[in-house]
Amino acid sequence: MAKTTSYLVERMGLEGVLAAAKEKTVPLHRHSAWYYWGGIALVCFIVQALTGILLMVYYRPGPEAYESVRQITYQIHFGWLIRSAHNWSATIFLLSVFVHMFSVFFMKAYRRPREIGWFSGMLLLLLGLTFGFSGYLLPMDDLAYFATKVGLEMPNAIPLIGPPIANLLRGSLEVGEHTVQRFFALHAVILPMLYLPLLGLHLWLVQKHGNALPPSEETKPESERKTIPFFPNFLVKDFAIWLVTLNAIAICAALFPWQLGPMADPLMPAPEGIHPEWYFMSQFQTLKILGGIFPGMAGEAIGMVLFTLGLVLWFLVPVFDTERPVGKRGRQTTNFGLFVVLVLIVTTIWGYLGVR
Amino acid sequence: MGGVGLAYAAAIGYPIYRYLNSPVEASIQMAAVKDVTLPDADKLPKGSALMFKFGIRPAILIHHQDDSWVSLDAICTHMGCTVAYDPKKDHIHCACHGGTYDAKTGENISGPPPRPLTKYVVAVTPGSVLITRAQHG
Repeated sequence: MAKTTSYLVERMGLEGVLAAAKEKTVPLHRHSAWYYWGGIALVCFIVQALTGILLMVYYRPGPEAYESVRQITYQIHFGWLIRSAHNWSATIFLLSVFVHMFSVFFMKAYRRPREIGWFSGMLLLLLGLTFGFSGYLLPMDDLAYFATKVGLEMPNAIPLIGPPIANLLRGSLEVGEHTVQRFFALHAVILPMLYLPLLGLHLWLVQKHGNALPPSEETKPESERKTIPFFPNFLVKDFAIWLVTLNAIAICAALFPWQLGPMADPLMPAPEGIHPEWYFMSQFQTLKILGGIFPGMAGEAIGMVLFTLGLVLWFLVPVFDTERPVGKRGRQTTNFGLFVVLVLIVTTIWGYLGVR
Repeated sequence: MGGVGLAYAAAIGYPIYRYLNSPVEASIQMAAVKDVTLPDADKLPKGSALMFKFGIRPAILIHHQDDSWVSLDAICTHMGCTVAYDPKKDHIHCACHGGTYDAKTGENISGPPPRPLTKYVVAVTPGSVLITRAQHG
């Protein structure tokens, strides 16, 4: 073992990496549990990549999309499990990404020198949501069809450039086989090509700058701060959490298999109680509320402006809140974050109560 | 220098745009139909509706209890979901965001829809129903 290690270290020039791994430490405090959520998202992403490749073996985008997913779900051995694991890992992935993002936000881990880590993370989140939106159509069942129709009305509402963009995404004036083909190319080729290098940069920055201290720890004198070695102490805990995540995906996939609805039919009315996945529920409910207050498309327009503005503000938080120790701007930022969390939770619950 | 770059961008971008836009152009042609004949639709019972495609768009033909016939575009003007006729309430309903329309005029009655549903002209003849795009102006 030692011989193999030294063989690899010498030939691959890993001396620097090993030395850095030995020196690397992770802060230990009462908020340390939040450090694991990025790793949980990563393991979910790996499961999605592997199950996605397996699904690609049988999936046929285009006019046969629904039939191929029906075969995967009901005829191919363990096809239902692979598909279910793909969907459940996507759900847990987005959940862990949100938790990771909010923990980074409230620990103020976006301040110098970690600004690019925040920006790349936000871009990864947006790409992750686009993965979710594009993947949702691929089975071409009725829910997928109407969710995509509604989703593509958003770019369609942008004056002048909106309709041609929506048409290019759809490949038609209506959602159909061309849309599935395009969304598949987006989901399985274009998005991974964008996502993987960005993920590489994000992970490299995390290694480069290490874990950030929350403001409550920053104020402590250095002698009172505790750390644990990254290798092997933190890494062993990380692996344990990864195993828990894998088990959670396996249990959810096996006990709650992902359903396949009836085949999409443009002549069939939208099913009663139709609603988006949980990660779009807040926006769905907010648009519904605004649509009830403002007549016509004004509600949607106001909603879209609010979402865009909120997202830009959220993205630019490292530019606004730079103070160390936390001052007035820091407290304002935290309050803004608490407001966003509250709005997301309330509108999501409200949305689910509304569709019951 | 900038002009050369722009020329290259256009020379590469235009064929790609046209390539990606081909099925969109085809669907625009398909959507431009002026009328649709529905064989045997004259036998549609009173108080019921029939879904059909007008070009590439879903549309609805309703035979009302008072023997009047109405045909409307079946895509909700709010977010594009396919609407349904509710014979009990005699109105048109969209399940996505709860919008409702008058089943005779297509006027938006409640909920978020910003515009009425487009109304078609209906001509019932023995053995078929002819649906025609309404002439404006």
